[in-house]
Amino acid sequence: MFKIMYKKELSPGIFHMDIEAPRVAKKAKAGQFIVLRVDEKGERIPLTIADFDVEKGTITLIFQVLGASTMQLSALNEGDSIVDFAGPLGQPSEIDGNMGTVVCIGGGIGVAPVYPIARAMHEAGNKVISIMGAKTKDILIFEDKMRAISDEVIIATDDGSYGVKGFVTTALQQLVDRGEKIDQVTAIGPGIMMKSVCDATRPLGIKTIVSLNPVMVDGTGMCGGCRVQVGDEMKFACVDGPEFDGHLVDFNNLMSRGRMFREQEAKAKDHVCNIGLGR
Amino acid sequence: MALVLEKHKMPEQDPQVRAHNFQEVALGYDEETAVAEANRCLGCKNPQCRPGCPVGIDIPAFIGKIKERDFDSAISIIKESSSLPAVCGRVCPQENQCEKNCVLTHKGESVAIGRLERFVADYQLDKNEEVKPIEFAPDAQKVAIIGAGPSGLTCAGDLARKGYKVTIFEALHVAGGVLSYGIPEFRLPKDKIVKREIDNLQKMGVTIEVNSIAGRLFTVDELMDEMGFDAVFVGTGAGLPHFMNIPGESLNGVYSSNEFLTRCNLMKAYDFPNHATPIAMGKKVAVVGGGNVAMDAARTSLRLGADKVYIVYRRSEAELPARAEEVHHAKEEGIDFKLLNNPVEIIGDENGWVKSLKCIRMELGEPDASGRRRPVAVEGSEFELDVDTVIMAIGNGPNPIVASTTPGMDTNKRGNIIADEETGATTKEGVFAGGDIVTGAATVILAMGAGKKAAAAIDEYLKSKK
Ligand SMILES: Cc1cc2nc3c(=O)[nH]c(=O)nc-3n(C[C@H](O)[C@H](O)[C@H](O)COP(=O)(O)OP(=O)(O)OC[C@H]3O[C@@H](n4cnc5c(N)ncnc54)[C@H](O)[C@@H]3O)c2cc1C
Ligand SMILES: Cc1cc2nc3c(=O)[nH]c(=O)nc-3n(C[C@H](O)[C@H](O)[C@H](O)COP(=O)(O)OP(=O)(O)OC[C@H]3O[C@@H](n4cnc5c(N)ncnc54)[C@H](O)[C@@H]3O)c2cc1C
Ligand code: SF4
Ligand code: SF4
Ligand code: FES
Repeated sequence: MFKIMYKKELSPGIFHMDIEAPRVAKKAKAGQFIVLRVDEKGERIPLTIADFDVEKGTITLIFQVLGASTMQLSALNEGDSIVDFAGPLGQPSEIDGNMGTVVCIGGGIGVAPVYPIARAMHEAGNKVISIMGAKTKDILIFEDKMRAISDEVIIATDDGSYGVKGFVTTALQQLVDRGEKIDQVTAIGPGIMMKSVCDATRPLGIKTIVSLNPVMVDGTGMCGGCRVQVGDEMKFACVDGPEFDGHLVDFNNLMSRGRMFREQEAKAKDHVCNIGLGR
Repeated sequence: MALVLEKHKMPEQDPQVRAHNFQEVALGYDEETAVAEANRCLGCKNPQCRPGCPVGIDIPAFIGKIKERDFDSAISIIKESSSLPAVCGRVCPQENQCEKNCVLTHKGESVAIGRLERFVADYQLDKNEEVKPIEFAPDAQKVAIIGAGPSGLTCAGDLARKGYKVTIFEALHVAGGVLSYGIPEFRLPKDKIVKREIDNLQKMGVTIEVNSIAGRLFTVDELMDEMGFDAVFVGTGAGLPHFMNIPGESLNGVYSSNEFLTRCNLMKAYDFPNHATPIAMGKKVAVVGGGNVAMDAARTSLRLGADKVYIVYRRSEAELPARAEEVHHAKEEGIDFKLLNNPVEIIGDENGWVKSLKCIRMELGEPDASGRRRPVAVEGSEFELDVDTVIMAIGNGPNPIVASTTPGMDTNKRGNIIADEETGATTKEGVFAGGDIVTGAATVILAMGAGKKAAAAIDEYLKSKK
């Protein structure tokens, strides 16, 4: 059993949880994820390691309530436990001290997984410019954390309630326009956002890394459910990724596959709502 | 006594009924049938059955005990050579192993060795005997086992009985390997058989740590240098699904057999939404492949509510690698075998879902390296099979996570760990390996046999080190 040591609702429907998992914390690196199951009947869901604390032996998860499993998780409290927690999974981000200027883009909940990567890049001595996107000011998360490890932070909201009005690509364009020499972009967020970022950076020849979130089951390379098309190759996001060269990713297929279980997901959510969150 | 030419029939669920439930198909012999079947055995002095068993069970001896209704002795004899008889009695491809050369096959059917093995194994499990915990010496040496499939479980059991402190590290949240995630409930009941075998191992004193992915949470070197293990056995199986590399494999509605079966068996998607893992499928399913895995996926599809299920296989019936019984059961349940057909493309609709499977007809040409006649495509014979779900069951390769993080432990060009056939010793000192990760996808009994051999070799190795 894995105990919830800390819980906080960061903004409506977005939760921060620290889970006690000392062995995982010891091995965790920026860019990796875990797979958890809430209870004995639960599904295996992947969540990014948003932070880790070796001393306390905890892993920080930031998740958005979307369907049945995340709803159930969000109903648990400090002191409660979940049954399964496996990781760290996936390849760590490739980070060294000679990356130059890196623009780290997080859209929505994507800010959480981008944070440990941006921090590691900053700690390695690179210049980090962060772009944080959200629909509106109230649901923006991790602003202070991102400011603490970035040379510059640009915020973009769809409705203009905070920062630049527009999308993360609007903010990126501003950087390009002012002549910022960008060596790499790392973008994490909804499929459509990562696709737009890649479409923007491709003509500029800026190396762009994205972190993909296809449907997963085991997270160890066993089921092939997480397969994504990268260039001419079929890759398993859980073992070959989750980060890939964004200019090679077939986003349309990724987004289409993300809808494969939509009908069932709706049923599962109803089920959890009807019988109460305890299942 | 007159010779009975046929095996005693296995009581089975009616095909029409069982095609819609997940309960076990074969119900098992009762005592009278078992004794009657045992009486068919001639108790040969030079038994032709025994060399066919990969672990060399003393078949005439255990069957002799069944004749005497001394089932306890029968199971003891089996357990000298095999640690998972309830499993192997159910899933061994007996017709190619022990039963293949039984003398009775000259006149009629062989003795039903597998069914008798199952009978005594179930008899013992049903008695629910207390398993005695092993008392380990305070300075007992420690062995780590990576992977809780049949090879790892067997190796662990044998080593524990020899007094070693054994910890099994398993990546998934449940032990059992393919027995838990791959082979369906209706062939191998999970709670009744698999879980009990695993529970008994734990009661005996073997520690199982689930959610522990070797190569990620710790390396083999760390196990030995920092975590205090004196030897390591790697039994990580063949868990990496192959695809055909034809267009359309990323469409919605296409699964690997591993994903499909894992969702259903391990995650219990057949009980969705009570269990939270979904399985999205249509009413018309094509399963590509001809092995046990393909039969399991096809028969599982039926049970999940498909109206029409095809097996698409590029060779002919004679080459189907599946156990004969599975093919027979699949046919009884109404699976449609499209033999000598090979998929060339999966065609999707405007929403990115499978609409049909385009196949080409094949004919058998010259024999290939394996001695089987090689299928060759008949030009211009393409046709579309009207299906909305496609399951690829064309084989599995080795998962590279452990090998790639273990310097000094060599693999061959396919990625299988190189290990001595008799001892399981790898090229790295103190590290042994066995089962599908060494041989490529094979059988439960071979994996179990490899675990046994490795346990004996690890014992030798650790004695020499002490
Ligand atoms: C490597 C990786 C890292 C992720 N990190 C985070 C994170 O840090 N924070 C966060 O909020 N979300 C993250 N996700 C997404 C998260 O896994 C899904 O939101 C979650 O599984 C939804 O489950 P649900 O039952 O609540 O919703 P559902 O209603 O089941 O699904 C909602 C959406 O989530 C996707 N989804 C459903 N099941 C899975 C699954 N088993 N694996 C992957 N996606 C699934 C579906 O495409 C669907 O569109 C990550 C996904 C991956 C693959
Ligand atoms: C659907 C299906 C049907 C089959 N039917 C039959 C049949 O009827 N008869 C028969 O004889 N054989 C059958 N087989 C084959 C048989 O199941 C295998 O040959 C056998 O299970 C191999 O045993 P193993 O111990 O080598 O590996 P597995 O059973 O594959 O177990 C390996 C275990 O290692 C774990 N693991 C992998 N990587 C790691 C890691 N890095 N860290 C920790 N743990 C890890 C896996 O999660 C798994 O639990 C079937 C196989 C399948 C897939
Ligand atoms: S273990 Fe398998 S091959 Fe050996 S006797 Fe039993 S059924 Fe036959
Ligand atoms: S060969 Fe057949 S008849 Fe002879 S001992 Fe073996 S099972 Fe019995
Ligand atoms: S999640 Fe199963 S292979 Fe990646």
